[in-house]
Amino acid sequence: MNLGKIVGVNGNLLTVEFEKPVIQNETGFALLGDVRLKSEVIRIRGCHAELQVFESTTGLKVGDQVEFTGELLSVELGPGLLTQVFDGLQNPLPALAEACGFFLQRGKYLQALPRNKKWTFTPSVKAGDSVLAGDAVGSVPEGIFDHRIMVPFRIAGRLTVKEVAPAGEYTVEDVVAKVADDKGREHEVRLMQLWPVKVPIKCYAERLRPTEPLITKVRIVDTFFPVARGGTYCIPGPFGAGKTVLQQITSRHADVDVVIIAACGERAGEVVETLREFPELTDPRTGKSLMERTLIICNTSSMPVAAREASVYTAVTIAEYYRQMGLSVLLLADSTSRWAQALREMSGRLEEIPGEEAFPAYLESVIAAFYERGGVVRLHDGSTGSVTIGGTVSPAGGNFEEPVTQGTLKVVGAFHGLSRARSDARRYPAIDPLDSWSKYPSVVDADDLKLARRFLREGSEVNQMMKVIGEEGTSIEDFIVYLKGEYLDAVYLQQNAFSEVDAATPAERQQYVFSALAKILRTKLKFENKEAARGFFQKLTQATRDWNNTAFESDEFKKQQERINAQLAEVTDYA
Amino acid sequence: MHKVYHRIEQIAGNVIVVSAEGISYGELAQVTSDMGVSLAQVIRLEGGRVYLQVFAGGRGISTDSQVRFLGRTMQVSFSENLMGRVFTGSGVPRDRGPVLSENMIEIGGPSVNPAKRIIPRNMVRTGIPMIDVFNTLVESQKLPVFSVAGEPYNELLARIALQAEVDVIILGGMGLKHDDYLYFRDYLEENGALSRSVLFVHTASDPTVECLLVPDIALAVAEQFALKDKRVLVLLTDMTNFADAMKEVAITMEQIPSNRGYPGDLYSQLAARYEKAVDFEGAGSITILAVTTMPGDDVTHPVPDNTGYITEGQFYLKNGRIEPFGSLSRLKQQVNGKTRADHRTIMDTMIQLYASYKETLEKQSMGFRMSGWDSKLLKYGERFEKEMMALSVNIPLEGALDLGWQILADCFEPQETGISSKLVNEFWKK
Repeated sequence: MNLGKIVGVNGNLLTVEFEKPVIQNETGFALLGDVRLKSEVIRIRGCHAELQVFESTTGLKVGDQVEFTGELLSVELGPGLLTQVFDGLQNPLPALAEACGFFLQRGKYLQALPRNKKWTFTPSVKAGDSVLAGDAVGSVPEGIFDHRIMVPFRIAGRLTVKEVAPAGEYTVEDVVAKVADDKGREHEVRLMQLWPVKVPIKCYAERLRPTEPLITKVRIVDTFFPVARGGTYCIPGPFGAGKTVLQQITSRHADVDVVIIAACGERAGEVVETLREFPELTDPRTGKSLMERTLIICNTSSMPVAAREASVYTAVTIAEYYRQMGLSVLLLADSTSRWAQALREMSGRLEEIPGEEAFPAYLESVIAAFYERGGVVRLHDGSTGSVTIGGTVSPAGGNFEEPVTQGTLKVVGAFHGLSRARSDARRYPAIDPLDSWSKYPSVVDADDLKLARRFLREGSEVNQMMKVIGEEGTSIEDFIVYLKGEYLDAVYLQQNAFSEVDAATPAERQQYVFSALAKILRTKLKFENKEAARGFFQKLTQATRDWNNTAFESDEFKKQQERINAQLAEVTDYA
Repeated sequence: MHKVYHRIEQIAGNVIVVSAEGISYGELAQVTSDMGVSLAQVIRLEGGRVYLQVFAGGRGISTDSQVRFLGRTMQVSFSENLMGRVFTGSGVPRDRGPVLSENMIEIGGPSVNPAKRIIPRNMVRTGIPMIDVFNTLVESQKLPVFSVAGEPYNELLARIALQAEVDVIILGGMGLKHDDYLYFRDYLEENGALSRSVLFVHTASDPTVECLLVPDIALAVAEQFALKDKRVLVLLTDMTNFADAMKEVAITMEQIPSNRGYPGDLYSQLAARYEKAVDFEGAGSITILAVTTMPGDDVTHPVPDNTGYITEGQFYLKNGRIEPFGSLSRLKQQVNGKTRADHRTIMDTMIQLYASYKETLEKQSMGFRMSGWDSKLLKYGERFEKEMMALSVNIPLEGALDLGWQILADCFEPQETGISSKLVNEFWKK
């Protein structure tokens, strides 16, 4: 066994003297009596390795031993991951609560996948077949999916199947197949495999461009600032602007197979809400509980900082694993700023030369590498799978000109900037319609979208102008543009998360309603005076909001639309 | 018998260095100098060199002062005997009572397993309409009062503590003025609440390092009470002083500062304390009410900014009133649907009308003509500020809701408020 000796302790950073070779980023255990504290090598200088410990280091002494494992920080991949709640190092929290009670005891690590549970395996290859790493040898049912059992990702080259176990019941550690590489070496395939979290899984034929929209059922997102399957997006915003609520809504309604929530350095209370509520909610796609498609990685703000850094990698690795099964996965990371701060704390302890706001100089490349793990891929069997990444950013003081926001904006495909002004005005979701952008295709007609954007922009300009010269000095034409912009904002951009119907708008409904609204925006209107115009739009807003609350294509829906059209006909200028 | 070290190699700020063997990280030591005896904690090990942070500060320590390691970490005694007592940040009695040494517990313990938390569900009644009606305080919530120096935030805390229906009150005072400390003590005593309170007080003239210990020691004690099925309210005032103490120590330790001199782990450090607020599954709860003073009324200052990202809302105290704009209780939705049918409606309607009143005020100051609607709003706004917002108002929630209907009825016609006809029929005052 490779042992080292502690020569220094500074916070959660250990300096360890070693003799046998040590690998960069391998894990080690600091031995504190019977307690083994997990840590990771992050720098090596001469015969001293520096390790970040994922726990509190209180009690460690100079001279205490450290055991090097020779393995990079890895996670267990296999059936039984879904519906689980893990901490950043893949410890199952409910099982930990059973073992240790109310508090997280340090040095207590449990196996992520239950070892005694039997899975019903059905083989899909036979001896003599040729396979590649990542190809399925069979499957087991896991909740709502067929979970593919794949050839370990780390075996290189073309492989030949030597043996396959017959259909039957197996635990995650049982060998279900043996494959041989071109040099004749045999490798075992189990239901479970290990993979280092910081290395992307690349067992696919090719990476494709993300073009298919991912429907979140949030109108302002799908219509104005869409997200694509396999795309990346970020949600920066000051505190209280609704980042977490927006992510919670997305995690409920998004049209994907698997949702992975990485609660990284945020409030424990918010995770508890998801934890306690999701099992009670039904997934409209499957009719089963929402929890069946959900996995939570939870390293809240008071849990150890180094594990917070690991948690986003744990989450993205599991996301990539399910992508390998041809599923579409959504990873929601809340918040990437806390993760960046974890990097900053470690960088400070290492006494590295700091960059802007004391963040390490490599911050941008680390952020870029993380978001680049999203993507849509074509697998060897021709099916496609995707990982979509949405990260929130919590900029200091709500100012987007800070390193984490800027580093993120460079690499994502869509930017949903939340604004304090909109959240103060209770205009939820508080995504700023003028500052945000997306490079992905929308679900609605491009010309209509252009028109709507124009009204939002010009309406806001008129509003600015009115603040200076007052309503009296504004022409009625400008005033109508302003009212139309406000109307669009009120009935389409804003969405009531607490209303049963309005909370989730499917793509077809968005297309239908949006083209109806575009028609209204195009209609020339005639009013006696501004009072009349304002009164009309107040009534129209009320009617359209009621429309939003009726079930799509129901009788009530059609009737309400007729009412809106009738209201509109009264003031249409046919000249 | 523990070995005594006599040779101090380095003294910089509050940190001293000795050469010693077999010392563990986080261990306590006793430093004896001509200035007296102080506790110190190991904050860094580097080969044979041990860095100690001296709680009483480095002043007066000589190179041959005695250092004796105690072989344990920071602890505090926990029992019912704590009730009614006052201690310093390092747990030494500040009143004339005896030193407590039974049942010692560690401070700064591990964090709660999120799987053992439950969704908060009980309202904490304070008798202050701006809290009860508009931003309800919820058991196990962590909520700071954002304020500027000179505002009556300590009075507000003391009042909430007294009126809240909790079993134990724990005060953690950081950098308190001595008058403020006496105010808290006397106020609790006069109102008969001292017997269910424990006070950990660091005053502005005490050593900086002790300030850092106050939240940990207060919360460790709170946690023990909560595990014994008690509902605990922890008051922390003022967390900006705590952050400043951290800044001071970090700078003396030559750490690289991140934002306005504060250390890079400010968020994690604050979060580690605030996240102790909890509602245990099958035991008691901890509610944290803190004060964060904002230098220059600037909410983007690192301390209020980081705090806002951690806590579940904030009360914004300005001009002696809790401002409805800027104040937020993120957990209010969990409880205000269950209080009374009109609670949410009154909350929304009165705030919307108050916002319109503010707009009218602006119009008035710019010299625009006031319409009939404007005069109604002006009348409403004045009554709202006087009868609801003033901190002197002290009525239970139901009374406050009734008062709300009364004010609305005196100022408006029902249809002008936009309240649904069902509620109007039930509650509108004729």
